[in-house]
Amino acid sequence: MAFENEQIAGIARLARLGLRESELTAYNRDLSRILEMIEAIRGVDAATIEPLAHPLEISARLRADKITETDQRDKFLAIAPSTSAGYYLVPKVIE
Amino acid sequence: MRQGQWETVIGLEIHVQLATRSKLFSGAPTAFGAEPNVQACAIDLGLPGVLPTINGEAVKMAVKFGLAAGATIARHSVFARKNYFYPDLPKGYQISQYELPIVSGGGIEIELDDGARKRINLIRAHLEEDAGKSVHDAFQAMSGIDLNRAGTPLIEIVTAPDLRSAREAVACMRKVHTLIRYLGISDGNMQEGSFRCDANVSLRPAGSTTLGTRTETKNLNSFRFTELAIEHEIERQRELLEVGQAITQETRLYDPERNETRPMRSKEEANDYRYFPDPDLLPLELDPETIETIRRDLPELPDARCGRFLRDYGLSPADSQQLAGARELADYFEAAVAAASGEAKLAANWIMGELTAALNRNNLGIGQCPIDAARLAGLILRIRDRTITGKAGKEVFDAMWESDLEADAIIESRGLRQVTDTGEIAAMVAETVAANPAQAEQYRNSPAEKRVKLIGYFVGQVMKKSRGKADPQQVNDLLRSLLEK
Amino acid sequence: MHRTSLKSLSDLLQRREISSQELTRFFLERTERFNPGINAFITLTGEHALKEARAADHRLQHGEAGPLTGIPIAHKDIFCTEGIRTTCASRMLDNFTAPYDATVVARLKDAGMVMIGKTNMDEFAMGSSTENSFYGPARNPWDESRVPGGSSGGSAAAIAAGMVPAATGTDTGGSIRQPAALCGITGLKPSYGRVSRYGMIAFASSLDQGGPMTRSAEDAAMILNAICGLDARDSTSAPQPGEDFTRDLDRDLSGIRIGLPREFFDARLDPAIGGLIMDAVRELERSGATLVDIDLPNTALAIPVYYVVAMAECSSNLSRYDGVRFGYRCENPADLMDLYCRSRGEGFGDEVKRRIMVGAYVLSAGYYDAYYLQAQKVRRLIRDDYRQAFAKVDVIAGPTTPSTAFRLHEKTDNPISMYLSDIYTVAVNLAGLPAISIPAGFLNRLPIGLQLIGDYFAESRLLNVAHRYQLATDWHRAAPETYA
Repeated sequence: MAFENEQIAGIARLARLGLRESELTAYNRDLSRILEMIEAIRGVDAATIEPLAHPLEISARLRADKITETDQRDKFLAIAPSTSAGYYLVPKVIE
Repeated sequence: MRQGQWETVIGLEIHVQLATRSKLFSGAPTAFGAEPNVQACAIDLGLPGVLPTINGEAVKMAVKFGLAAGATIARHSVFARKNYFYPDLPKGYQISQYELPIVSGGGIEIELDDGARKRINLIRAHLEEDAGKSVHDAFQAMSGIDLNRAGTPLIEIVTAPDLRSAREAVACMRKVHTLIRYLGISDGNMQEGSFRCDANVSLRPAGSTTLGTRTETKNLNSFRFTELAIEHEIERQRELLEVGQAITQETRLYDPERNETRPMRSKEEANDYRYFPDPDLLPLELDPETIETIRRDLPELPDARCGRFLRDYGLSPADSQQLAGARELADYFEAAVAAASGEAKLAANWIMGELTAALNRNNLGIGQCPIDAARLAGLILRIRDRTITGKAGKEVFDAMWESDLEADAIIESRGLRQVTDTGEIAAMVAETVAANPAQAEQYRNSPAEKRVKLIGYFVGQVMKKSRGKADPQQVNDLLRSLLEK
Repeated sequence: MHRTSLKSLSDLLQRREISSQELTRFFLERTERFNPGINAFITLTGEHALKEARAADHRLQHGEAGPLTGIPIAHKDIFCTEGIRTTCASRMLDNFTAPYDATVVARLKDAGMVMIGKTNMDEFAMGSSTENSFYGPARNPWDESRVPGGSSGGSAAAIAAGMVPAATGTDTGGSIRQPAALCGITGLKPSYGRVSRYGMIAFASSLDQGGPMTRSAEDAAMILNAICGLDARDSTSAPQPGEDFTRDLDRDLSGIRIGLPREFFDARLDPAIGGLIMDAVRELERSGATLVDIDLPNTALAIPVYYVVAMAECSSNLSRYDGVRFGYRCENPADLMDLYCRSRGEGFGDEVKRRIMVGAYVLSAGYYDAYYLQAQKVRRLIRDDYRQAFAKVDVIAGPTTPSTAFRLHEKTDNPISMYLSDIYTVAVNLAGLPAISIPAGFLNRLPIGLQLIGDYFAESRLLNVAHRYQLATDWHRAAPETYA
């Protein structure tokens, strides 16, 4: 399994991870090693096996429709990097 | 290719906000209009370490919709994560359903402009959480993020590409709107964003069976805008196709001020959502008994009710449809009929006439009507037994609107009881004819078809004299015999 | 005092022979003395601890104390603690203070335990050496040139150096058991769902499980008693009835069948470690257990399956760190994309970024079926191996790690060599089973761990076997000279 550095940059962008150009080769090497290790599962004949998403095969519990949370906005805003007038701020979003 | 040779193909994705008290995965309130971020708890904000728990009422509401649409309810459905980055999406993924939605199949019927009915198939309806909102104009070079709406439960209803025009699309949207309000699973408030839709529109040469390239127009939050946006999009695509240009598959946004659609900047990059089962949530299992219990508790649905109004009350198709179109209105109508000894036609006329007009004037819904069905029935009964005339009825209605008084009390206190004494009416008729000799003469010299209009003048005069209390039919008969003597 | 069992500390406190404040001061002093060399703690909470100790003493005086009231504990810095910063050893959360307690923290607080600090770890629990920490590596008290294992290396090292009698850890692929083995302590990874994950910062949700790190199985049972049980805030917490895990500790082992998987004792295992593990297993045989050879045929697939599942889940779990609502935000972002890419690029360390990228890749269009879905299928095969094994045996025994503690930087150049430290531990997480690592001897003066794996929710049985072993041996009482 070998990547082009361009692919590595594409994956980083999908995951919103800013990598420097100079880092791409090292990431490429490590990701290729990991993918190579993972390749081992592709040879397993598991076509008829049900995927197991969760170790406990039990079903979801449902919660009653009750309001249990109180307003803690000030507490939450206090740990945010940038806020104003009760809003979280980000660089202007163009829709 | 000439105009008219294109067939329009439309599929809708309708987002319905469920009327739960708390959010889909947290115990924060869902009420509309709060100060920014006061209804966003740690779970809605996606703070580190917090976990989602499923609101059982939202699940029940989704099942209700599925049952009402004749769909299959999944015994086993799975919440999946849809991964993408956006500031109004706190966790970097939306919890939705992907491969195994709770509702699949089913359909609804719409009425076309020519009165024919058409079935629109549904592909699926799934549960998902809503995102927050971005505010763009309030801050210099920045956008503000309000996460109150984040985590609000939605069902996304996906129709098959069965719709062939903007009119059909809107009829479909309206039908779903009626249905979800009947079921009581959403307030359907479009101004508040509780009911909105995305429209997938494509064109193909008439007769073709393959689908053309589609665009998705997002966030249509009124019936009118949906119709305009789709019409605009059809026209835009037609113009491109007719000069041989290809349609770009893209997400577009409707601008109601300019009545046009434009590509969404934020969706320019093709998204790879990397759906996978949410490992924080276990599969949703519904046993047949639970589903049956919900089915038993379903209210009578709009189509069935409309049919019953037609059949049992002898109403016209148009009246039946209007009255059955909203559950509260239909309930009001039936309560009034029951209290008015089955006087369905009078009840229908009064409700769709005076009552609706008064509600509209005062900007009220039927739920806030100051005259309840029993009081209205009191009025209808007095009209039916001819205690008062229809004209006096309007005065009684107005008085009831302004007070808590029953119709009988108003009739008595205002002396509106219809005059049925033939002698008294005959005297008024004679006086009126004597006071208008010229008109009487004209009447006698006119052909039959003109007399209808002329006699109306005399009836009006007599009714005025009786202060509306005379029986108009009786007045008519007496006038006729006097004038034609 | 720093080698005293929780039960004895509890007795001393109950009898008022020592106060919680005295005990707390004692451990705080040891921590101040030894932590600079070991770097087991990211945050020390001395003042907070003394306040909690005062409250504990009040409870003790008024007969409102439980068995753990007044005993100091350290929490892995992955558990959210209200009002005290929780970093996950990441620059991303260097400034993060949660407005809530994790359920584990809240339950131990209710039990009256005194938190003396937050322990070092691999960033977001991704690693097996505690070298992937924004706050520098922790060191192994048995040899400071070596790693304590990871990711709960700070907790393990703090106990081994006698800085604290007990700590919490989390185990996604061995992160409690492997550092316990390398530091010569006891570490229990409970069954998936036994302990609430609420407030425990997620690495891989279907694998993560919090648990106790202690000096003995008996101590672990006492902590597990306090932290286990259904939590309405964690949809994956199991509705298992509570039990007293200390009740069956002494039970005789006769009739217990212990399975030895051939795949754990093959050529990949250092023969010297294999020999020590066999000695330990024979000790159990002497205590009445029967040894049975078993097969876990899909063992070799556990590492690749584990890394696909763990990386896929982490890539999504770590999307919330975007510099908007909390945590690290880059300076002067040019636009939204820049805000995301630089905040995450600068806030996360290399190993975290590698895993997020591999995770995004295996979930992406065109690769999902080949990697993620295939891994879920093979995950079932691995789980079924264990199910079949537990039809024949009560407990499975083997080594916890393929080697003793390695030197710092020994495995940092190639991530795969680091991943292979987990070959005996990851399958347990894929299957969701409980497992414990207990000290079972020394190789070249470095501790080795015996891993015991139990059937679903059979922690009582596991602790019973571990406790009987500890009654018969003294390995768990050994202490590194400097900290003895």
